[in-house]
Amino acid sequence: MVTLSANLLYIAFFLYLIAVPLFGGAIRQKKNLKNNDKPNRAANIAIVVSILGFISQLGYFITRWIVAGHAPVSNLFEFTAFFGMCLVGAFIVIYFIYRTPALGLFTMPIALLIIAYASMFPRDISPLIPALQSDWLHIHVTTVALGQAILAVSFGAALIYLVKVVDQTKTTKSSTWLEVVMFGLIATLGFILVTSTFSVQGYQADFNWIDKNGNESKMEYRIPALIGPNDGALLTEGKFEPLVEVPAFVNAKKLNTVVWSLAVGLILYGLFRLILRKRIGAALKPLTKNINLDLIDEISYRSVLIGFPVFTLGGLIFAMIWAQIAWTRFWGWDPKEVWALITFLFYAAFLHLRLSKGWHGEKSAWLAVIGFIIIMFNLVAVNLVIAGLHSYAGS
Amino acid sequence: MNEVKCECGHVNPHGTILCEACGKVFEEQSNDDKKLLDMRYEGSARRSQTYNKTFIDKIWNFFSSVKVGVWLIVITLVASALGTVLPQEMYIPPVMPASEYYEDQYGWFGKLYYDLGFHNLYSSWWYLILVASIGVSLVICSLDRVIPLYRALKAQKVTRHDGFLKRQRVYGVTQLNNSEKPYDTIKERLKLKRYHIREEDGNLLAEKGRFSRWGPYVNHVGLIIFLIGCMLRFVPGMYVDQILWIREGETKVIPGTDSEYFLKNEKFTVEVYDKEKDKEVFNKALEKSGMVAKNYQSDVVLYKKKGETVAGEEAELEKVKDYSIQVNKPLKFEKFALYQVDYKLNELNKMSFKLINKETEKEFGSLTVDLYNPQTEYELEPGYSVNIISYFPDFQFGEDGKPMTKSRIPNNPAFVFEMFTPDKPEGERSFVAIRQNIEPFGDNEYKMAFNGIETKHVSALTVRKDLTLWTIGIGGAIFMIGVIQGSYWNHRRIWIRRKDGEVIVAAHTNKNWFGIKKELQVVLDGTGIEEPIDQSIDEKKVNEEKVG
Ligand code: HEM
Repeated sequence: MVTLSANLLYIAFFLYLIAVPLFGGAIRQKKNLKNNDKPNRAANIAIVVSILGFISQLGYFITRWIVAGHAPVSNLFEFTAFFGMCLVGAFIVIYFIYRTPALGLFTMPIALLIIAYASMFPRDISPLIPALQSDWLHIHVTTVALGQAILAVSFGAALIYLVKVVDQTKTTKSSTWLEVVMFGLIATLGFILVTSTFSVQGYQADFNWIDKNGNESKMEYRIPALIGPNDGALLTEGKFEPLVEVPAFVNAKKLNTVVWSLAVGLILYGLFRLILRKRIGAALKPLTKNINLDLIDEISYRSVLIGFPVFTLGGLIFAMIWAQIAWTRFWGWDPKEVWALITFLFYAAFLHLRLSKGWHGEKSAWLAVIGFIIIMFNLVAVNLVIAGLHSYAGS
Repeated sequence: MNEVKCECGHVNPHGTILCEACGKVFEEQSNDDKKLLDMRYEGSARRSQTYNKTFIDKIWNFFSSVKVGVWLIVITLVASALGTVLPQEMYIPPVMPASEYYEDQYGWFGKLYYDLGFHNLYSSWWYLILVASIGVSLVICSLDRVIPLYRALKAQKVTRHDGFLKRQRVYGVTQLNNSEKPYDTIKERLKLKRYHIREEDGNLLAEKGRFSRWGPYVNHVGLIIFLIGCMLRFVPGMYVDQILWIREGETKVIPGTDSEYFLKNEKFTVEVYDKEKDKEVFNKALEKSGMVAKNYQSDVVLYKKKGETVAGEEAELEKVKDYSIQVNKPLKFEKFALYQVDYKLNELNKMSFKLINKETEKEFGSLTVDLYNPQTEYELEPGYSVNIISYFPDFQFGEDGKPMTKSRIPNNPAFVFEMFTPDKPEGERSFVAIRQNIEPFGDNEYKMAFNGIETKHVSALTVRKDLTLWTIGIGGAIFMIGVIQGSYWNHRRIWIRRKDGEVIVAAHTNKNWFGIKKELQVVLDGTGIEEPIDQSIDEKKVNEEKVG
């Protein structure tokens, strides 16, 4: 059953991967001019493949649930993979409202990145510590993931809007920032490549180092150490010696991973630029040719409208109910909680700006991008950097 | 107050922009202007847009501005984020005072963080003021809008001014002489789509989802109730937050209950996952992480005091219930809840000694000291007895070199014994601590030899009473209802006006234009009345062309 579960996830990943070029094809196919909102055949195949992938991932989720005896949302891998699944689910639902294949072309790769990112963390089925043994926790976590996924669709739509509308022949603030967003996605790919390459090779280098309290301890690197720990001494023979050493209060291992990801991201980005001979955003622009700007703006806004209540329910209300039961108080200013509040406040500001200040189109798209960055910050940085009560036992 | 009378006969309050009844534009340019109407709040007379003279007007206008509201939200957001840069004071380990901790751990940055008060950011006065300002702003902006909006939506007539219709975003005119049949078809179809229909002089207003317009106000009310709920915590008696450390076998009064309730801790258990017994699928994870806790549990008995007791008198207790408190399963009674939050395993509880002759090692009986309640005298074999002269539960040497106790918890018990034996009837003294035996008055013949310990687990329970939860819960629920009401429904209106062989179709929705256009497409399909166009798109196109 465990293998079946894992295989279903692989199949899902593979199907999502095929769906991307299919959506690409759907955009290129000439639309029936008369019947403008009927999608063409390629689009139908693409969405069917996506749905099959979704069903397969649902299969993974259910089988893993049965095996573990609890909903598989209890460590970083499980939660992130579930988030990816919700993103695909949310996309499918929104696709059937608006029928725009381009949305698939932009959201499916994001979902793929998220799921691949998830699988960089330990995938063992872990037992639940007492604090996590609560139905409310599962209700809370699944609702949060769903809400964030719907909000992520708004990011996908916003990206389409920006790629289409930003003039990328000139270097402006907008075109630069758009490239930064693209680079962020590519750096994530870099992280995935680095981690999986060295993990396939079984790379391991142990260091002795001195922590900030002056005690000697051991650190295990899974990728070559460009950045070494404070007073680090390499124990494993024949492994890479660090180029620089950082003071004890910096987590050298995490910084090393970040540096690697950015470096590989830069190389990848450089390669893309060399091959495409233009900005990534500019290269994507032709894909958005047939897009109706008003429609995509509305999809983005609509996703926020649908996602905001779901997120609030899961990320604040259910979270408070669980916190009251498990931690004796509904709110404790834990970093994860605070970042959920920040997400909430941010989208509230977004809605006000849009409704009362008339921030439509490009401004609204940028807000959707920032919102997604906040969500990812909460998922990535708060778990791995600012550890609190919620931080899953990731490494 | 100078009210505004419209040509349609409706009397509008001072400050109205669009006639509440027919939509005629009062202010600014002519009614034929090409520009689309700003339909926010139906162009009703809002206090903030009308008065700006007195001090109160200025305050009112400040707080009713959405711009100000958004700024407040954004500033709160940024401030909240700052508070997560370093751990808040409540999360730092209690190894040293906060004033030293931040500098020690994070250098100059930590010191700055501490000096700015960011280590306690969320209870700082300025953070509270920010949140309070959001609250004030919420109330004022809602009041500023909701009443005029209500008036305008209530007073709206079916027949609208031409200028009003023409300047709607979705607008179309069809030349048609006999419009009876298409009109009826459209009406039927709109009814099927659950529109609420009103007719007047052959004109029609179809409307649905008006209640969604109240969504924001409902959610703001919910937020206000929520914030009030949070403030209630400062009202005495609403909130209890106590910690109860209780040893196995011990019965203690539950703090915060006015000595009404008592708790006995029967047993405390810690369980960890076991590769043999628990699911096999966990094995890999367990191998990697070693011990993983499975359960923390205190088996307790809850007692209630019976009748009144005079001070000093032992209370008579009545059993209320047995319960096993686990994490996520608090014991609830009346308004209280007891949560499993911490524990200490194997705390010293009793210590045994035997009295021996140092030379012969012969024993003359043993004694067991209850470390929480030591006796002063212990009778051993006939002729032998021991007194405890001093007891230091948590012993250390003080600055003056004398023994002292750090706390009342027996972490490191030490005793001064006085041993009476037939050879030494005047007694011998010895100071006994763990692995120490000091004989202050020279060599003794007898000594107290360590003879084992008894330990007990101690469980820590949080005692919580929180009467604010109701208010907070209700506020949260109302907020959710309001958000859903405003987000998942939209307010759609379709006007059909027939005049001189023309059929005008105009439509407005507060959000989701795609939806209303699609609906219109279906409703008008095959009736001979043309689908109206989205004038905002045309407007944009014109602009785009101008720009190039
Ligand atoms: C954290 C605080 C707040 C939250 C969570 C919140 C939430 C909301 C939500 C969800 C909506 C509906 C938006 C939509 O449907 O697109 C809304 C509308 C609105 N809010 Fe707030 N709000 C907050 C604070 C404020 C403040 C401080 C102001 C005052 C300046 C304000 C003024 C408004 C206005 C004027 C509307 C539109 C009402 C209408 O169109 O009829 N809000 N709010």
